[in-house]
Amino acid sequence: MTIAVVDYGVGNLFSIYNALERVEAQPELVTEPEGLAGFEGVVVPGVGSFGRCMRRLSRFEGVLSEALDEGTPILGICVGMQVLFERSEESPEEGLGWISGDVIRLPRSVLVPQMGWNTLSIKQEAKILEGIGEEDFFYFVHSYHCVPKDRSVLVATADYGLQLAAAVSRDNLFAVQFHPEKSGQKGLKILENFVRLARC
Amino acid sequence: MLARRIIPCLDCDLAVPQGRVVKGIEFKQIRYAGVPWELATRYYEEGADEIVFLDITASSERRDTMKSVIRTTAKNVFVPLAVGGGIKSVEDVRSVFKAGADKVTVNTTALKMPEIISEIAEEYGSQACVVAVDAKRRDSPGEDRISVPTSQGDSWFECSFYGGRKFTGIDAIAWAMKAEELGAGEILLTSMDRDGTYDGFDLPLTEAVCKRVRIPVIASGGCGNAKHIFEAFSKTGASAALAASIFHYDEWRVDMVKRYLAERGVHVRV
Repeated sequence: MTIAVVDYGVGNLFSIYNALERVEAQPELVTEPEGLAGFEGVVVPGVGSFGRCMRRLSRFEGVLSEALDEGTPILGICVGMQVLFERSEESPEEGLGWISGDVIRLPRSVLVPQMGWNTLSIKQEAKILEGIGEEDFFYFVHSYHCVPKDRSVLVATADYGLQLAAAVSRDNLFAVQFHPEKSGQKGLKILENFVRLARC
Repeated sequence: MLARRIIPCLDCDLAVPQGRVVKGIEFKQIRYAGVPWELATRYYEEGADEIVFLDITASSERRDTMKSVIRTTAKNVFVPLAVGGGIKSVEDVRSVFKAGADKVTVNTTALKMPEIISEIAEEYGSQACVVAVDAKRRDSPGEDRISVPTSQGDSWFECSFYGGRKFTGIDAIAWAMKAEELGAGEILLTSMDRDGTYDGFDLPLTEAVCKRVRIPVIASGGCGNAKHIFEAFSKTGASAALAASIFHYDEWRVDMVKRYLAERGVHVRV
């Protein structure tokens, strides 16, 4: 089972690599767009600013779109979720726009970034969240959050002064605002679900 | 709602292969506790929300040992991993992130060159930059000090560096506020008076910092039992509590502490 982790020069990918190894995927860090073909699943990580991520990710845009159209399961994590949307208040760069909607800053009424463990409110049944309940905690670190126009993509929200999008899914596209690779056993369970989806 | 975090801290002596976890009392006497990655893995399995490694080695070969400790730990521990101690430059910061750390903790270097806080925040994000403040209680605060009412009368807190061996003359609370301004994502606030004593956290100090910053504060120094952690969470705005000795010597397990807190209405990840 081979899963590509897009290594486009932002942040540290050891955690996601180690976590995928733990759930018995065979992860590979892919640094060049042409290296992305032939994987059963693709993980798009992301840390730092939206603009910096988009600038560095842009050369992968074509191959990622192809993978999406071919039905390859794709999982965006944290800013890797945000870049799937059209735009962000954080930076002028355009997002991939695969999901319609904006990324906006967390409200002034809460501490920013949201940093720590939070639970989910599950909005619909989804394969990516199999085995996950509303009592389970996940590790979040972010200052901006996604607002999908089409609420039907929304799989789970988290309560942080408002109900923010914690997980979205549409066909073979999945994304989570939290870090499954840093969320203990339950986070590993989500990665295991993704790997299983990639396998079938 | 965010859960309050429990963070075991492993003070590591890296002068031996694999390193070893030690614990000092009031920053001085030392006791041996175990192998860093093994202890970290045990705490992770018990439900630790995060793990902190602090390098307390004086030798120069430590950097490679620390890298291998982080690498081994990161293969087994799937919660955030913070690493501090002996970070002297942006290059040291890169090397711990490259080994698999999620956050770095800076103290001495941040006091000597505060711009490193902004540099870390810029490159890795604020959440990756924890500023450790080691605070020592002092009597008779003057006009220019932030005065805190304590059981020993009005006090101020002096910031220490070099692992508690030297003092800066800087007001610790003012420094925490400055660190936030420079881009720190969190303050790891250690009471030097309480560290290793088992007498409980310094609550007035902790609350004084919590009141003045808008970033999470980790209470540290003096934790002797779960009740102390309960007090820190019910009487101060601390987002997390850090403890070392109570976990190292089998007095408390992380899951026992969390159950104790949950039974008393503290929102924790169990």
